[in-house]
Amino acid sequence: MTARKPGQFLCAVLAALLILAVAPSGARAGLLDEVDLHGFWDNRAGLRLQDDAYQRRTSLLESRLQLEGLYQGDVVTWQVRGDFVADDVTEEHDVDLEEGSGWFDLREANLLVSPTDWLDLKVGRQILTWGTGDLLFLNDLFPKDWQAFFIGRDVEYLKAPSDALLASFYPEWGTIDLVYTPRFDPDRFIRGERISYYNPLLGRTAGRDAPVRVDERRDWFDEDEFALRVSRNIGSFEAALYGYLGYWKSPAGFDAASGRNTFPRLNVWGASLRGPVADGIGNLELAWYDSRDDAGGDDPLLPNSEGRLLLGYERELARDFTIGLQYYLERLLDYDAYRRTLPAGTPKRDENRHLLTLRLTRLLLNQNLTLSLFAYYSPSDEDAYLRPSASYKLTDSWQLSGGGNIFAGRRDHTFFGQFEEATNVYAAIRYSF
Amino acid sequence: MKRLLLLFVLLFLWPAGQLLAAPDVEQIVEQANRAAYYAGRDGRADVHMVIYDAHGGTRERRFTILRLNVAGDDQKFYVYFKAPADVRKMAYLVWKHVGGDDDRWLWLPALNLKKRIAPGDKRTSFVGSDFFYEDVSGRGLEEDVHELVGETETAWLVKNTPKDPGSVEFAWYQVWIDKATSLPVKAEYHDREGKLYRRVSAARIETIQGYPTVVEAVAEDLRAGTRTVNTFSNVKYDIGLKERIFTERFLRRPPREVTR
Repeated sequence: MTARKPGQFLCAVLAALLILAVAPSGARAGLLDEVDLHGFWDNRAGLRLQDDAYQRRTSLLESRLQLEGLYQGDVVTWQVRGDFVADDVTEEHDVDLEEGSGWFDLREANLLVSPTDWLDLKVGRQILTWGTGDLLFLNDLFPKDWQAFFIGRDVEYLKAPSDALLASFYPEWGTIDLVYTPRFDPDRFIRGERISYYNPLLGRTAGRDAPVRVDERRDWFDEDEFALRVSRNIGSFEAALYGYLGYWKSPAGFDAASGRNTFPRLNVWGASLRGPVADGIGNLELAWYDSRDDAGGDDPLLPNSEGRLLLGYERELARDFTIGLQYYLERLLDYDAYRRTLPAGTPKRDENRHLLTLRLTRLLLNQNLTLSLFAYYSPSDEDAYLRPSASYKLTDSWQLSGGGNIFAGRRDHTFFGQFEEATNVYAAIRYSF
Repeated sequence: MKRLLLLFVLLFLWPAGQLLAAPDVEQIVEQANRAAYYAGRDGRADVHMVIYDAHGGTRERRFTILRLNVAGDDQKFYVYFKAPADVRKMAYLVWKHVGGDDDRWLWLPALNLKKRIAPGDKRTSFVGSDFFYEDVSGRGLEEDVHELVGETETAWLVKNTPKDPGSVEFAWYQVWIDKATSLPVKAEYHDREGKLYRRVSAARIETIQGYPTVVEAVAEDLRAGTRTVNTFSNVKYDIGLKERIFTERFLRRPPREVTR
């Protein structure tokens, strides 16, 4: 028997709590009577449309039971939300709450208190989101689960949980949110275990044969993260300033000595504005990615600093038919140094990565049928990613859905191009209660 | 002498005659608008919505709605969904601006995300029902020409013709306004062929805290054969809602006014 990780103990306790909470009412008493219990049972399967030498043909085959307990008292609100997962694709069934792998994934476990009427404190595991992009993130440096997103899980799984303290201050003029994450929460990034990726060392796409090896950052209170947002409404416009002190969320660096990928230090500063523009909603977001470990931009093993820009616009084209357009720019700030120090044979990035997105959403049959297309296209990388989807509410409880994740690219090393062989379709049925 | 008497009578009766003649239609619609959408300084209600499709199937929605009257005729609404399970804990926030576009946000709890909704068409279905957004928050009085076209013993009949016919799906609609309560009790919508295709009516009215209140409302789509019934319970007015409830903070953390 292998040694149990502390996370496993925690999740066993939480699982027991959830089971206790849904046990027949006779077994419950006092506090649990006031707990609001809900959840869903979600079954989904997906298939790769192209052969990938390093992966299974089945991209997704899982049954997921999510249970949620919520208690809203006078002084405190607490919430526990977790998924019991039977996943046929992975060979690893031990629980890893950081990676979200194994038979249990804890989505939320937190306490919320309002000690004064200008302060809310939320402590524990929680989902955090901010910024103005639609499936594009500049100042939102909370963890994402790219694997879940690309294989066809529900879009809510793109957001991975953070173990953090959120303090929200509400002065008269706006809102100040401060998030402290005592131990770095990385993205659930593409490791090659389910989706193959471009490995620059091998100079080719790699998968289960060569999963990404990383130098984890796991020191409590030392390898920690701070995120700040200051926001206010100005008429119908929402304005915000952001700051982040932490690390690249996916392992963007490389340590030649250990042969492992690393999470280099990163600070991000940004701003956003969102409001009504020409019968629609417009948004603008800016961010400066200060790659602290590569101040000069001349270390080829570390990511360059970047300027990021997003312009977006959404409006209703016709009844129950909405269109959203975004332009996104990622600009390397020390491009000359980057180019000068790039090792021979490594594919070279452009100074500017341009990305356009289109979202079309159509509601039909009394809004019970949703047809949607989200498309990314990068003219600079010459790659694309399409997310068509359809979902139909059979009843108030049962929902059928299906869709695809279609990748295309001219080259193997570009962001979407490397996932070409992960192109998949999926179908799902969900019962909510 | 006789002539003098007649003159006297005429002079005396003239103002009374004016009163007996048609009252000012603008005043009637203004009062109806007040009675239907502005009762009290604020209010709350639990809504149970049942949507009947043409084949006998039903869908249900449960939500709590908070309303606050703010400066001018502007209002703020907070709608908190309790059922069905897949929309539970979603919240919808509206800052209604009379004569302009409303600001609307949707709170998606699983993503912890405040989504801004494009202004868009207010004559679209509210959460898949036969009610429109405009039925929930009220249609701007300045958008139609109002004519008093008749009366019954209990109601004024007002015909409303849109000033911008291209912006709406109806050619005109007629509203029955209860003389006693000033509440609009029935509205019938006609298409460009003059055919009746949609009806919204008050099925039950109760007086709550002195305010006549529709506690059951029905919207029917006569073409599709669908019907939605809204039943309102726990209606309360003047509960002292604070404006700060209608902000991002309380989207993230629903106020006790909606969770109780």
